[in-house]
Amino acid sequence: MSDARLAAIARHCRVQIIRMLTHAGSGHPGGSLSVIDILTTLYFGRMRYDARRPDWPDRDRLVLSKGHCVPALYAVMARAGYFPESDLITLRKLGSPLQGHPDRIALPGIEAATGSLGQGLSISVGLALGLKLSAAPARVYCILGDGETQEGQVWEAAMSAPKLGRPDHPLDNLCVILDYNKIQLDNFVAKIMDLEPVVAKWQAFGWPVLEIDGHDTDQINKALDQAEATRGAPTFVVAHTVKGKGVSFMENDPEWHGKAPKPAEAIRAIREILGIGEAAWDDYLKTDPATRAIVDELAALETK
Amino acid sequence: MAAKASRVAFGEALLDLGARDERIVTLDADLSKSTMTARFAKACPDRAFNVGIAESNMIGIGAGLALTGRIPFVCSFACFVTGRFETIRMSVAYTNANVKIVGTHSGIAIGEDGYSQMGVEDIACIRALPNIPVIQPADELETKQAVAYAVEHAGPLYLRLTRQSLEPVCPADYRFQLGRWLVLRPGHDVTLVGTGGPLFNCLGAAKLLEADGISAEVINAASIKPLDEELLLGSAGKTGHVVTVEDRSDASASRASASRATRGASTPSTASTPPGSPRASGSS
Repeated sequence: MSDARLAAIARHCRVQIIRMLTHAGSGHPGGSLSVIDILTTLYFGRMRYDARRPDWPDRDRLVLSKGHCVPALYAVMARAGYFPESDLITLRKLGSPLQGHPDRIALPGIEAATGSLGQGLSISVGLALGLKLSAAPARVYCILGDGETQEGQVWEAAMSAPKLGRPDHPLDNLCVILDYNKIQLDNFVAKIMDLEPVVAKWQAFGWPVLEIDGHDTDQINKALDQAEATRGAPTFVVAHTVKGKGVSFMENDPEWHGKAPKPAEAIRAIREILGIGEAAWDDYLKTDPATRAIVDELAALETK
Repeated sequence: MAAKASRVAFGEALLDLGARDERIVTLDADLSKSTMTARFAKACPDRAFNVGIAESNMIGIGAGLALTGRIPFVCSFACFVTGRFETIRMSVAYTNANVKIVGTHSGIAIGEDGYSQMGVEDIACIRALPNIPVIQPADELETKQAVAYAVEHAGPLYLRLTRQSLEPVCPADYRFQLGRWLVLRPGHDVTLVGTGGPLFNCLGAAKLLEADGISAEVINAASIKPLDEELLLGSAGKTGHVVTVEDRSDASASRASASRATRGASTPSTASTPPGSPRASGSS
């Protein structure tokens, strides 16, 4: 089950992901749509932060190690008040703080520059250790891509996190979530370099492992509760997700890993995300001026 | 002062500074007895972390610690730590994380362990990255000052240290400054720019040249990035000849920098980038 409020925010953010990628003309819709329910659950009810004070020392940290899916993070951050939603269409534009991959210097609220895959977990371990040493109450959330865990540095970090800081400062303030959408750039993960058995691997490295549906916000919340209650070790959450979730023609298709929709495709995607039938679409738009504006803006791109 | 390896001086400075500054932490990859952080680890076990033989993870954890206000020294042999270039590029340089990267066992002067343990490409690698100054002290006095500077410097830096003992070369009143070089011996016929271990050899060469009636000016280029262009150009303008002496591979480092800095100056210079060598990129 998904909480209605979170589901509405996630729908809104999915629309914004499609919108910004279409304006940019490039980017990664598949993984952004697979991770958005996780990010929505974290930012709207779980994490402690102050969008007006992104450097608040006791804030919870989110490291999006799969940095290419940063459109999802931008959508959530805009909704949370870090910057106006109108900035989203500057994604990937020269000079915009909304770079194609997260840039911590350019955009306050981004905790780590990522996108060169495999590095975010080490940074998260360092953040968690530093916060423990300072006795800060903050938690660290790290989101890994599935293909990303083929990188060797991930396993160096995986080996270290359950051990570092013990016995006085175990990293139980760290929760790692795997966005297991089963697709990477070139093809299905299982066809490129299979990760299985994922749960057994992380357990063998010393992590308590939970397995959930990464689109069910109740399950996500329950896992995050359990991680927060766990003492003495960091927690690993395997979130089974669907690449391109919410857009029928993007779901489970490796083609949509790193390709922006054309305006007409984007409008269809938005209609599907909002769950409106084709016949009812025009009437619906009369009742939803915000979506109408986004659709008009996208339609105008077509004629450019 | 007696001869001392700069890695040993580093270990002593760390022990001293670390005892007084709670922000300082060390990270090692199973070489703490060689990087000389072991004594700090014994004195301050809560702030010393050995991650095992996993340099990329060590650097990344250092970046995370830095982002919580700690001052991490991530330490290994120069070749092993800078060999994790991609992690340094993203997690330290692009992030501008306040990580102090320490590479010991630099150069061919490590001797019998051979190439696999020699840091000879490290300067070229790190110099190519944004935000990271490169410092190579030449003796115990300068090393201790450079370590103190590293703690105060807001941002990452790379400290290049030696395995072998170094004779004292800096005067007792010397004060290290980033981007400032020091004339150790004035002269007017040729400029010898040395950095780190080979500086002592430069001073020896200057004495031999003096016997031949050639007056050599010897400069300590501890700050490899940024260079002291003003001092270099002034000396080059005076002597008309610049020779750089370094312990690193041919295609890297200060000769290319010096060449770039002196190119366009009105003085003749023997310091030029050899054919096929990459040209210096960036002056700071």
